[in-house]
Amino acid sequence: MSTASEVTSLKEEYTRFVGRKLLFMAAVSLCIIIVAGVSATLGSANLSVWEVYSAILARAFPGHFQTTWFAETIVWGLRLHRILMGIVVGAGLGIAGAVMQGILKNPLASPFTLGISSAASFGAALAIILGAGFAGGEYLIIGNTFVFTLLATFAVYGLAKYKGVTPETMILAGIAIMYFFSAMTSFLQYVGRAEQVQEVVFWMMGSLGRSSWEKVYASTIMILICLPYIILKSWDINAIGAGDETAASLGVNVERTRVISMTFASLITASVICFTGTIGFIGLVAPHMTRMIIGGDHRFLIPGSALMGALILLAADTLARTILAPVILPVGIMTSFLGVPFFVYLFLKRRKEFW
Amino acid sequence: MVKITINNVSFSYGSSVILNDLNIVVEDSEILGLVGPNGSGKTTLIKCIDRILKPNGSIFLDGRDLSSMSRGEIAREIGYVPQSGSGAMGTTVFETILMGRRPHISWRVSERDLDIVSDVIELLHLEDLAMREFGQLSGGQRQKVLIARALAQEPSVLLLDEPTSNLDMKHQLEVMEIIREMVQKKNISAVMAVHDLNLAARFVDKLAILKNGRIWAAGEASSLLTAEIIREVYGVEAVVMQLERPFVIPIRSLNGGVACD
Ligand SMILES: Nc1ncnc2c1ncn2[C@@H]1O[C@H](COP(=O)(O)OP(=O)(O)OP(=O)(O)O)[C@@H](O)[C@H]1O
Ligand SMILES: [Mg+2]
Repeated sequence: MSTASEVTSLKEEYTRFVGRKLLFMAAVSLCIIIVAGVSATLGSANLSVWEVYSAILARAFPGHFQTTWFAETIVWGLRLHRILMGIVVGAGLGIAGAVMQGILKNPLASPFTLGISSAASFGAALAIILGAGFAGGEYLIIGNTFVFTLLATFAVYGLAKYKGVTPETMILAGIAIMYFFSAMTSFLQYVGRAEQVQEVVFWMMGSLGRSSWEKVYASTIMILICLPYIILKSWDINAIGAGDETAASLGVNVERTRVISMTFASLITASVICFTGTIGFIGLVAPHMTRMIIGGDHRFLIPGSALMGALILLAADTLARTILAPVILPVGIMTSFLGVPFFVYLFLKRRKEFW
Repeated sequence: MVKITINNVSFSYGSSVILNDLNIVVEDSEILGLVGPNGSGKTTLIKCIDRILKPNGSIFLDGRDLSSMSRGEIAREIGYVPQSGSGAMGTTVFETILMGRRPHISWRVSERDLDIVSDVIELLHLEDLAMREFGQLSGGQRQKVLIARALAQEPSVLLLDEPTSNLDMKHQLEVMEIIREMVQKKNISAVMAVHDLNLAARFVDKLAILKNGRIWAAGEASSLLTAEIIREVYGVEAVVMQLERPFVIPIRSLNGGVACD
């Protein structure tokens, strides 16, 4: 008794459902642009809105806009790359979080679940306190963080492999790795000098204060390299969410998808936190918020989480720069202040059904 | 035509042998019913056919050895309805069923995919649930959605693990009738684990009784469902009425309890 009109209406309903997901992403993108626009005008240097935008536009349309050397230095040399860094780092953490939660089927997973943040902290502490590492000079901390983050990932994989790469084995292995690196970091802090220990603690709070154009490019390139595979595998991550056996029966090579996705998510995490320190919360919560609003289809959830993460981090950093000006707070502190109320609101308002 | 050939199939978890040298064939447009006590290996056999588990021995699909086929190829041929299934976080019923199209689609969902999903939803009367979250459905509603997902997969073999265990009387019949109709209309085959012997007697073409990982007997339901066999396989005293098909009325359990005298 299937009537043609009913079939059309089901299809229409789904198409509208997808449309609303796209609308959400457009809205978040717009918010990012607005916050970025406002953020560019804020800061301790006394520049008017007009001076700021002249400085920005002068580069895009030379000859049409007049700017001063001072304004140009402040805007291009200090503010813009920090804003873009916020967007890129937030997006990276959002993507990594969405992927981790998807492949581990665990809503509490985040880019830091598998011992990544403690490995990163250890790498940084090693560089700060012992001056030892995989690269030299300014890049000591960056290189160390990056290498140790990936090391943690491979260690988790190596441990989990013995019993099959399931969410349970990976999370347990991740916990083991986390305690191992935490203990090592504590040891370093114990033997370190007071100002070194302070630097480690500050690094672990996370900050966009060390951003630069080169770092923006480096993070962006890494994310762009990793993203295509993840987007391509969205369907498989969806299927894994319904259970490993179901996914296998739908033609997914579960173990391979899980390992490769995890590696890419870790790479993305490594390539952003090596410049910023561990910024928690965003990778955990951006995918949650997005899922509450647009549902769990990873084809939309992953880009949605990227946008959401970018928005939260950018907004948090803007507040962190201005709320106690001229003191600039570490953004890691602000993300929680800003994100928690929003998260709780969504959590309480969460509807029984989506839309 | 023979659809599935199961040839000397054995499977062990570690050192415990779960399936022990099974041999059976399933023809085109045929439903094979698997019955047997809990833990007799029905689910294990179904997973072996879908190559979720990798058994010793060989299983052929249309003459092709399943072990030589890729996961994707198998997924285009075989649809699997698990005994119980969880949903992904925050997915609607429509999206869950759409997942059945995964073996066929590259990335974009085509009009045809949406048509197939809509048709299956209609077929199983799930319209009112289509935009609900899967995780919030009742057990029986979920079971119907999982069946719908396997149908959307358009497989040539359906593997169903107790597809009616959570359904009420009406929905049991409805689902069985739909499966029956699909098998005949689309010329596919089905392997179905069932506990309800009466339902099995009515809807399957061939019955295989499993016990302790072996096929204890296989053949027509009418010849297998006798009081004697039920006593030996299940340890249950039953009355079997031989009408146009056998009707099994269980009386009491024979081992343990007050009934054991
Ligand atoms: N992952 C596992 N590891 C070890 N043994 C297992 C595993 N899964 C199942 N078994 C064992 O294999 C045997 C067969 O299990 P199976 O699930 O195939 O039974 P079944 O016939 O489907 O039972 P039911 O009617 O209860 O669904 C049981 O003894 C069970 O304990
Ligand atoms: Mg079973």
